Amino acid sequence: MLELKNIKFKKILNDLSYKIDDGKLIVITGPNGGGKSTLAKAIMGIVKPDSGQVVLDGKDLTGKSVTEISNAGICYGFQQPARFKGMTIKKLLDIAAGKRLPMLACNEYLSKVGLCSAGYLTREIDKSLSGGEIKRIEIATVLARNPKIAIFDEPEAGIDLWSFDRLTQTFREIHKSNPDKTIIIISHQERILELANEILLLDQGKITQTGTPDEILPNLGFVAKGTPECQLSEPPVLHGTEIPTTC
Amino acid sequence: MAVDLSPIDKDLLENIAGLHGMPNGAFNVRKNGKLVERNNSANVTIETNDQGGLEVKVKDNAKRETIFVPVILTKVGMVDTVYNNFHIGRGANVEIIAGCGIHNDEHKTTQHDGIHSFYCGEGSYTKYIEKHYGNGAADGTRILNPQTKVVLEKNAICEMEMSQIGGVTSTIRESNITIGQGAKLIITEKLMTEGNQTATSNMKIELVGNGSSVQVISRSVAKDHSQQVFNPLVTGNAKCSGHVQCDSIIMGKAKVKSIPAIEAAHEDAQLVHEAAIGKIAGDQLVKLMTLGLSEEEAEAQILDDFLS
Repeated sequence: MLELKNIKFKKILNDLSYKIDDGKLIVITGPNGGGKSTLAKAIMGIVKPDSGQVVLDGKDLTGKSVTEISNAGICYGFQQPARFKGMTIKKLLDIAAGKRLPMLACNEYLSKVGLCSAGYLTREIDKSLSGGEIKRIEIATVLARNPKIAIFDEPEAGIDLWSFDRLTQTFREIHKSNPDKTIIIISHQERILELANEILLLDQGKITQTGTPDEILPNLGFVAKGTPECQLSEPPVLHGTEIPTTC
Repeated sequence: MAVDLSPIDKDLLENIAGLHGMPNGAFNVRKNGKLVERNNSANVTIETNDQGGLEVKVKDNAKRETIFVPVILTKVGMVDTVYNNFHIGRGANVEIIAGCGIHNDEHKTTQHDGIHSFYCGEGSYTKYIEKHYGNGAADGTRILNPQTKVVLEKNAICEMEMSQIGGVTSTIRESNITIGQGAKLIITEKLMTEGNQTATSNMKIELVGNGSSVQVISRSVAKDHSQQVFNPLVTGNAKCSGHVQCDSIIMGKAKVKSIPAIEAAHEDAQLVHEAAIGKIAGDQLVKLMTLGLSEEEAEAQILDDFLS
């Protein structure tokens, strides 16, 4: 069980408490700037809370280093992944797994995130990879790490529709086949929210609502799509002569 | 002619040429200015030239030849200068593994200046791998000042990987390369300095033939109080393309100066240079720590891959 006790961090996390039972798939959603990524980073030890505790299976992880928290069984897939000049994708997966992985196993991790070419393994994690590719590699590293608690920060960002399908299927499979492992996903995607055992709505550093998708989704306004709250005024008519051509 | 190698010699050979004992094929192992052992193959002859260095000749159209020419220095206070010439025949395909390892346990200077010239014949392919490495317990000075001259004839391809993997007090590297019609060069230089070490690399590459191209990749890590200077200059005098990329990671109180330059004297010359100096990014360290590495392990891993 992962317990978050009265976590405060600047004005971003506001006395936040929650208990997450083993084997749950939790989706955290909420408006931008509500504290979702900061909460994930506080669990991983990347952000040190001003007060409060993070407790995993009775062991207090508060103030521990990122490495110690990782070795305690938590892993975090970044929203904006780092790039490494000279490091191959295979190497990063090996580091994640803590051992040299057979090629076949690496290919399986990549195919789970919709990267289906063995040619990827020898590619460097540098600027040559697109945003969607690096994002999927980031997710693959968390899968290879196979932690007790896996946290994914907006895993769908920048990923094409086809890969997104594969990704939701992967989350569903991992959840089904690992009854002891917990998955925490930060997302705004309806199809990911639908996967959840519990949805947490985080707003202004506090959990404002919790419940199953059936309970929460109707309140989130997805059904009201197509009725924008902001009414845009008519755009002004532009004449060719008014468009600056010097820049 | 076989000479027993000491454990120090074996360590140096392993570090610079990946050798465990004498290799197969053509080779020449030089220790403290003298020949240890030499072997020719059907397509490669190695002879001593009148400057005391090597004259290595590869026959036309020789395929998949590997040539080892490592140098080791264990005699303290020695200054060894060697002039080696490599003649790669037309259409030949060779891999040359060179390098110099210095072991210096005392408070004196040991120096090796390897002056290598390559004449790569029409349509040939040459891969040249050179590693420089120094070790020794005391604060003795270990100096390596290599000079590399390369001439690529029509449609020749040459890949050069030159690295200095640690323990060298001071190095000044000079490279002069001329690239002919349709010929292609990829030159990769990797360098790590620490303590008070200094390293300078001056490179002049001239693209003289139409369709010639060059790619210069320089990656370096400067730690502690060490200093590095890079001066790659690519000149395009024909319809050609060139790309120069210098990347450095800087740590501690080190200094890195990176001055890539391009010069064109032909309207169809396309030359690009880019240079970057920066410390290890925090997000890289944190990512590897989320995968269970300590901060020190993460840093070592990032540097290792950057220079791999």
